[in-house]
Amino acid sequence: MAGQTLIPAGDFRTSYAADTTVFPTTTSRNAMILGIVLVCLAPHIVSAYVLSLLIQIGIFGIAALGLNIVVGFTGQISIGHAAFFGFGAFTSAYLSNRFGIPVFFCIPLAGVVTAAVGLIFGLPAARLKGLYLAIATLAAQYILLDFFARAEWFTGGSVPASAEPFSIFGYMLRGDKQYFYVVLAYVVVCYLLVTNLIRSRDGRALVAVRDHYLSAEIMGINLTKYRTLSFGLAAFFAGVGGALYAHYNQVVSNEGFGIDRSIIFLAMIIIGGLGSIMGTLMGTAFMVLLPESMEWLSVALRDSPIDQFLGLKNNIAFLREMAIGVIIIVFLVFEPDGLAHRWRQIKAYWKLYPFSH
Amino acid sequence: MNTQLLIQLLVNGLVVGTLYGVVAMSFVLIYKATQVVNFAQGELLLVGAWVCWWLLTKYQVPFYLGMPITLVFMFLFGIAIQIVILRPMIGEPIISVIMVTIALSTVFSALMKWMFGVNLQPFPRIFQTQNINILGLQVQTVYLMSLAVSVAMMIGMAWFFRLSKYGLAMRATAFNQQVAQSLGISVKSVFAMAWAISATVSAVAGVVVAVVNGVSAGLSAYGVKVFPAAILGGLDSVGGAVLGGIIIGLLENVAHFLDSEYLHWGNLYEIAPFYALIIILMIKPYGLFGTKDIERV
Repeated sequence: MAGQTLIPAGDFRTSYAADTTVFPTTTSRNAMILGIVLVCLAPHIVSAYVLSLLIQIGIFGIAALGLNIVVGFTGQISIGHAAFFGFGAFTSAYLSNRFGIPVFFCIPLAGVVTAAVGLIFGLPAARLKGLYLAIATLAAQYILLDFFARAEWFTGGSVPASAEPFSIFGYMLRGDKQYFYVVLAYVVVCYLLVTNLIRSRDGRALVAVRDHYLSAEIMGINLTKYRTLSFGLAAFFAGVGGALYAHYNQVVSNEGFGIDRSIIFLAMIIIGGLGSIMGTLMGTAFMVLLPESMEWLSVALRDSPIDQFLGLKNNIAFLREMAIGVIIIVFLVFEPDGLAHRWRQIKAYWKLYPFSH
Repeated sequence: MNTQLLIQLLVNGLVVGTLYGVVAMSFVLIYKATQVVNFAQGELLLVGAWVCWWLLTKYQVPFYLGMPITLVFMFLFGIAIQIVILRPMIGEPIISVIMVTIALSTVFSALMKWMFGVNLQPFPRIFQTQNINILGLQVQTVYLMSLAVSVAMMIGMAWFFRLSKYGLAMRATAFNQQVAQSLGISVKSVFAMAWAISATVSAVAGVVVAVVNGVSAGLSAYGVKVFPAAILGGLDSVGGAVLGGIIIGLLENVAHFLDSEYLHWGNLYEIAPFYALIIILMIKPYGLFGTKDIERV
């Protein structure tokens, strides 16, 4: 499992305040603020296509963050994350269509409702070993997908449900450029929330449950409570991500919430690094860009011998699926701590450059 | 009350259920011997069925030759998976191991779609007569064959575990790896053998399903149905898996009967096993015959 932070030798923390700080140094805080400001400028610089990719990274990044709480920090396994993501999407669309609640409130509300649904599935399994949660979430995946197809009052059945565009104080936000800021705000808030959670008492309890549940229990940590809590939180972030996704596309169809999407979410956090908050965003970016880059590659290789051998044009979808699986295996075998670990190593290397030892 | 339909569906359930039982049995075999929860069980069925189909249609190999070749291939395939992918994962956290099998299932299912397409391919006809009349009930020959093959495999498995030396070694390893090792059992080869046997047995089930329904990517759904069956029977009980499979198969068809006769909700039979799974997890998580010392927290 991933180490939390790489602290140089001799750098001791002498107070609890120092130990639980969000940013270890002033420079890192300033770098983060600068980074956010730079990202704020993105809509005016990058093309519409890149912008849509950035929005996707943000949306999926929030959902993947939820999954990382349950898998990375608490050490439980959830294979039904996409179903909760979908549930959030449908809930938000339903709330705004049926009750006329402003979209601004619908998104967090969708998160809360999804968390409640997640708890229904998580409760029986949270009392047992992690393996059983994996199987229960697999069941949840199929049951929820079946529910989406069945509950026409809720999802519109085979007809995609429409979702209102995002509005704030009566001012409609239209177009990707404006929606980008909504997503960015949610990303910043969610990532700050989780960072804050992990440094708090509850967050440390989650990590203790992951590292050695027996010791954690002996220390007085209520295992059932924290397992259930982490699962509920995961569903909450999945719901928020799903709601953002719904209002981004403005239609919610039954497609795209299947188990393959759940596997992609798992891939995101494994590639990014289990138990790493910024790693989640890196992994999400990787998984969003992977199919796109395969697309570019297939265009670049058109009519070459490789193209003729693989039949790229017709089979790109299968190759993408295979690439996802292969990359998960490669990362698990060769880089189990994910991109976050690699990033820390790169940073450490440049910090000491040119005297690396 | 439509008795004719009910009986037909119950027979159906029994046949499908024994197949679930066989797949669940091979799933439990891997779990018991190597502590790996195999999410790629359905893909083992799929690979076996496609390989057999390929031999039979592309190379016109007769069935009595094609089937053994398929089984030998799957035996080696199982060993290869264990050595190449699963062996480096020994000692890794359970999440990593589960994720590897999930990734394997993605890779295999995509690979099969890529190689053989997504369409349903009919299996070459093996039996001359389509139906046999038993007690006034029309039963398809392939169903009888399926039932016979499943029962034969279950008996074979029981013999293997109870009476053969290797089966004993496998049971010893499942009981305690270190003790088994100190008694001279090669745990490595037991692990490899567990995967090999599991892959082979799954392939038999895969071919049987393919003969009945044709081959398509949908075959891997059997791998998902394994979970209700195995949890119901108890995750570490081979006999329980068989019984669990049969019960899930019957449950599916009873749900189908209730649905078509009374409820008219549609597609109830597909989803019923998963509701059953959640209920089992709530009231009896170690299943009917599973070890009860699952650490409850």
